[in-house]
Amino acid sequence: MPLPIEDLWAVSPEIWLAGLGLLLLVLDLFVPSGRKAIVGWAAAAGLTLGLVPILGLVGVTPRTVFFGTYVVDGFAIFFKIVAVASTVLVILSAMDVLRGQTQFEGEMYILLTFTALGLSLMAGSADLIMVVLSIEFVSLCSYVMAGYFKADRRGNEAGLKYFLFGAGASAVMIYGFSILYGLTGQTSLYAIASALSGAPRPAVVVALVMALAGIGFKVSMVPFHQWTPDVYEGAPTPVAAFLSVASKAAGFAVLLRLLAVAFASAPVDWITLIAGLSAVTMTVGNLLALPQRNIKRMLAYSSISHAGFLLMGVAAYAGEFAQGLLYYILAYAFTNLGAFFVAVTVGQRLGTDDIPAYAGLGERAPALAWLMALFMLSLTGIPPTAGFVGKFYIFGAAVQNGLIWLAAIGVVNSVIALYYYVGVIRAMFLMPPASAGPVGQPAALQLALGITGLGTLAAGLFPQPFVTLVSAASLLLRF
Amino acid sequence: MGQLAAFIILSVVTLVSAVVVVASQNIVRSALSLIPTLLGIAGVYILLQAEYVAGIQVLIYAGAITVLILFVIMLTEHGTGARFRQVNEQVLPGTIAVAVLAALLMAVFFGTAWPRAAGTLPQYTATSIGTTFLTSAILVFIVTSFVLLVALMGAIVIARRER
Repeated sequence: MPLPIEDLWAVSPEIWLAGLGLLLLVLDLFVPSGRKAIVGWAAAAGLTLGLVPILGLVGVTPRTVFFGTYVVDGFAIFFKIVAVASTVLVILSAMDVLRGQTQFEGEMYILLTFTALGLSLMAGSADLIMVVLSIEFVSLCSYVMAGYFKADRRGNEAGLKYFLFGAGASAVMIYGFSILYGLTGQTSLYAIASALSGAPRPAVVVALVMALAGIGFKVSMVPFHQWTPDVYEGAPTPVAAFLSVASKAAGFAVLLRLLAVAFASAPVDWITLIAGLSAVTMTVGNLLALPQRNIKRMLAYSSISHAGFLLMGVAAYAGEFAQGLLYYILAYAFTNLGAFFVAVTVGQRLGTDDIPAYAGLGERAPALAWLMALFMLSLTGIPPTAGFVGKFYIFGAAVQNGLIWLAAIGVVNSVIALYYYVGVIRAMFLMPPASAGPVGQPAALQLALGITGLGTLAAGLFPQPFVTLVSAASLLLRF
Repeated sequence: MGQLAAFIILSVVTLVSAVVVVASQNIVRSALSLIPTLLGIAGVYILLQAEYVAGIQVLIYAGAITVLILFVIMLTEHGTGARFRQVNEQVLPGTIAVAVLAALLMAVFFGTAWPRAAGTLPQYTATSIGTTFLTSAILVFIVTSFVLLVALMGAIVIARRER
């Protein structure tokens, strides 16, 4: 059976990303050390160009390609855009951090480019083998990037901890997948879907729980969240930003496709299970975030609680507000990247990640402080920011699908979250600065901060174009 | 009957040596115990008439990977590993967790009516594996090579000393 040539067009973004990674590997050989930023700019430019083939697929008829192992639909295209765009922004923010810190600066940009490829593959996987392979692809890159600064003890701890926990989680997930295969004799998610409808219930539940353990680890869902604060704290800050946004979004893409396709007619009530996990995740994340004094740990716990909100969107992925999850991911991507980029700037210039060090930032770097205030308000979900519209849609989706109790828990959690987000704003504007003098920002970081800030504001003030975008993207190929 | 006996023997070999892998205090003994574990699994593959996979399992896992692990032990500061003691402070909770999980899984597995159907066996499994790689699993095959590439890059970045 020959491969139809249209299938190659359907994976043109992936071909572009793979080719770009290989080209950068060669380019890196010829760039002298000390000027490795050239590789970074080339990666950022190439990835930005990679949006062209992705956008070229917009409006494509949803279908599976490559003998049913891969799928192109609006849903996958949306997550590919998020993955590639956030990788570009992370590369821009990483340049200043990496310079002079490591002799493997070029390799970091290449690893990030390949990770973007892995994330794109995660978004489109329609086969258990592809799901495992793409998750491992992203994980292997992430382990290396988390422990990139070898001279830093906490960096080593982050890399090793992430690797050991991640390997364990992957093993459990693959075991779960093997049960799915045993029950159905199929690896394609679409074939599994029809075979699972008459499958015995206990085995399906075991398979689902084990698969959730692996993917839940990736998106830092409670009770698989313990690695998150340690890894975010120890990893280079741009890598933490990348893990908290790009990896998490792709994890949710896999999770939703697995649940909505393979488990669609399975004899198990996954909606209630996910709703329960959502409530636990956002509450635990929030409560643990309250006492944090390190900005990266605080953002780590906040990203756990946001995983809870996103799980709410997964549980409510049906009906009129199906785009709630996607809008939330869009808003969260802009906002959380922005918040981490401010942390990158402050960490670079002041050499500390403690929240008290943000005191007086309103005077020393007004633009940076106002941006951080915007991101904090957006993470809380206060209008007129992207976070508000995202929460509005995701609560709407929950209510629409009869999960009013979950929406209520979500609202309570948003109020709790206000405390620690506003704590940062209070430090920046009300506390006296420890030392005077302006805090400078390098050009690449300014660009990344500007884009995330604009995105956060635009998605909050003019939601309509974004709603149209995510509505087109909410088309998930069922069967 | 002979098949069942062979399966039980292979399972015992695999499981006992797997326990030694995680429980032994001597890191070299752990590494060497991997060999019977992986050979036992190769035996299971032969029972399933997947002789090519079994051969690869012996060559790569029981052979190459184990030797690689031994080299890693030799090249790290512990040298022979004879004086290095591995200590696991969570033997009791670990054992309890494993026992509970195993009991749960076995209860589910024995209570499940697994769908069984006689498949058709290809004449040579190697040929059909090759055909699968170049047709229905072509994307998996290509992506695997990229996974190996990034793993190689990552290993170099992690292992090389910063100047």
